[in-house]
Amino acid sequence: MTQSGGVVKPKTKRSKRFLQTREPKLTENSKNVMIMKGGNTSETVTHALKDVYALKKPNAVLYKKKNIMRPFEDSTSLEFFSKKSDCSLFLFGSHNKKRPNNLIFGRMFDFHVLDMFELGIEKFTSLKEVKNSKCAEGTKPMLVFAGELFETDKEYVRLRSVLTDFFRGPSVSAVRLAGLDHVLHFTALDGKIYLRSYRVLLKKSGCRTPRIELEEMGPSLDLVVRRTHLASDDLYRTALRQPKGVKPKKKNVSHDTFGTRYGRLHMQKQDLSKLQTRKMKGLRKRKGDVAMETGETISPKKSKAQE
Amino acid sequence: MAACRIEDVLAEAEKDEAERLKNITVHKELDVEFDIGNLLAFDKNSINTREFKQQNKDEFFRSLARDNTQLLINEIWKLPSEKVEEVIVVKLPDPVTKLPREKPAPKPRPPTKWEQFAKLKGIQKKKKTNLVWDEVHKEWKRRWGYKRAKDDTKEWLIEVPENADPNEDQFAKRNQAKKERVAKNEFNRLKNIARAQKLEVPGVGLAPSAQQSKAELVKAVHVAKSSTASVGKFQERLPKEKPQRNTGKKRQFQPLIGDFAGEKQKQLEMLKLMESKSPRLDITKAVNKQMREEDSEASERRKGKKGRRGTAPGKGRRNALSGKGKGKGKGGPSKGKGRKPAMRQGKR
Repeated sequence: MTQSGGVVKPKTKRSKRFLQTREPKLTENSKNVMIMKGGNTSETVTHALKDVYALKKPNAVLYKKKNIMRPFEDSTSLEFFSKKSDCSLFLFGSHNKKRPNNLIFGRMFDFHVLDMFELGIEKFTSLKEVKNSKCAEGTKPMLVFAGELFETDKEYVRLRSVLTDFFRGPSVSAVRLAGLDHVLHFTALDGKIYLRSYRVLLKKSGCRTPRIELEEMGPSLDLVVRRTHLASDDLYRTALRQPKGVKPKKKNVSHDTFGTRYGRLHMQKQDLSKLQTRKMKGLRKRKGDVAMETGETISPKKSKAQE
Repeated sequence: MAACRIEDVLAEAEKDEAERLKNITVHKELDVEFDIGNLLAFDKNSINTREFKQQNKDEFFRSLARDNTQLLINEIWKLPSEKVEEVIVVKLPDPVTKLPREKPAPKPRPPTKWEQFAKLKGIQKKKKTNLVWDEVHKEWKRRWGYKRAKDDTKEWLIEVPENADPNEDQFAKRNQAKKERVAKNEFNRLKNIARAQKLEVPGVGLAPSAQQSKAELVKAVHVAKSSTASVGKFQERLPKEKPQRNTGKKRQFQPLIGDFAGEKQKQLEMLKLMESKSPRLDITKAVNKQMREEDSEASERRKGKKGRRGTAPGKGRRNALSGKGKGKGKGGPSKGKGRKPAMRQGKR
């Protein structure tokens, strides 16, 4: 890459493509997480970081070395790393006497810190300690928040937003029903936040919708909120602003002053071989045929009633 | 009798159905909020703290999570499903929760100078065909690039125009013209980038301006003069031209050969200096030396005094020598100030 007067011009096609992936886009890439540890970390914090990495895996970068920094005092180095690895979410773990077992969840906007929440680990059970089968790597988790604090307290509302952003995974248009097998449950209670992670077991209920049983999967964390850094309202509003053109325009639809909708319909070519010209008894479908066709959709209730 | 039996069966079936529904229904005081696009549920109900304290913690959380998840799953299963490659898939609606963006929205590329001009004049882009008919080769060829039609670089013969110098190389002239066009284009490209970045527009030597000042003209003359293969070394001077100032050149050298008279004079002066008995006096150097000596003497004195601090004769002597403290009045406040440099020296 050659740099002249603040303009980066890629020399090869490959580097051009690489830069294109990092450019700001109308519909954005899924956010990546960088997980890093400070100068000192306890075993608890290290394991917690590793477990979060396991949950986030395809969209996360785990920094292996210590990075001595204090995000609440000086976030420049954090912003540098964010730019380097193209991550807009971060999880920073540290441990010291004043704030033992410390985790900082945060997110960035335009490579500057937007929100940060410092959470202390009170109790921790790792993914490995729970001897149960785990869900597949990279599954999109279902997120459940419980507790009225998440609605009433301003900080908790923002924390809910950060946690949603952090754990929601890639945004998808469709999900496989059998693939919904991971729940992250956040409970705000007594000034603590309880994070629990469960595997979902789909049981037969007799109806279409299955009955659900949960199995503890780990990691489970009991967290207390310590320091927080919320973005100013102004900055937060600019970060929330979506550009025009994110939602595709509906073509061929217009409204007049009375609100009547007008549109142009494009008909497909009619299949004249299937055209019914004249009704005759001999051509009519028989009842048996109808039953054959709809046989699959007979409910179990009916079949039982026949017995 | 048969009718009676059917009624029984129906009732039983209904009961069965209700029981099954019981399996998957969960009662909550406040409705749980959903954002199916993010597979997200939010249970606003306040949690019963007493129950939480009585029960086993993990069990309590698991039952709470089960209920909430069941509600979420019920909601997801309500959505229309379809089969894609033997797998049942549910289409998710758009997410409702507003989350901040990662980066600001992309900005449109600022228009180039030509684009601005074209917009002003209403000039629109015309689509040209890629292939054009080449009369010479009798085939379709590309309009631009390699193996293009009417390629004027591949001609083996060029007619010399009537008004042109017959000794001029027409091929070289074309090459030169092409090179200049390319350079101009590159320069324009850089200028466009600079304008887009709001940087200073790059100039080579002197950018043309409407009214050139005297300084600019002088600069232009010097740029033009130094723009030769020998960097203006053999360029003639105008009768009253002044040498350019502030060119960044500082060191000056005498010519190696040529000025014999001047060289002789210099050598003789040097010899004279060496022969003379009386030393040459450099006044600035002498004054500096004197001042330094005085300073060091004064510091020596203060150092000596520091060792005998507190004794009466020392104090008296100091006052007698400097006399400044007395002039100011009581020696108290000025004493601290006066001592400071001495302390610093002592530390070193």
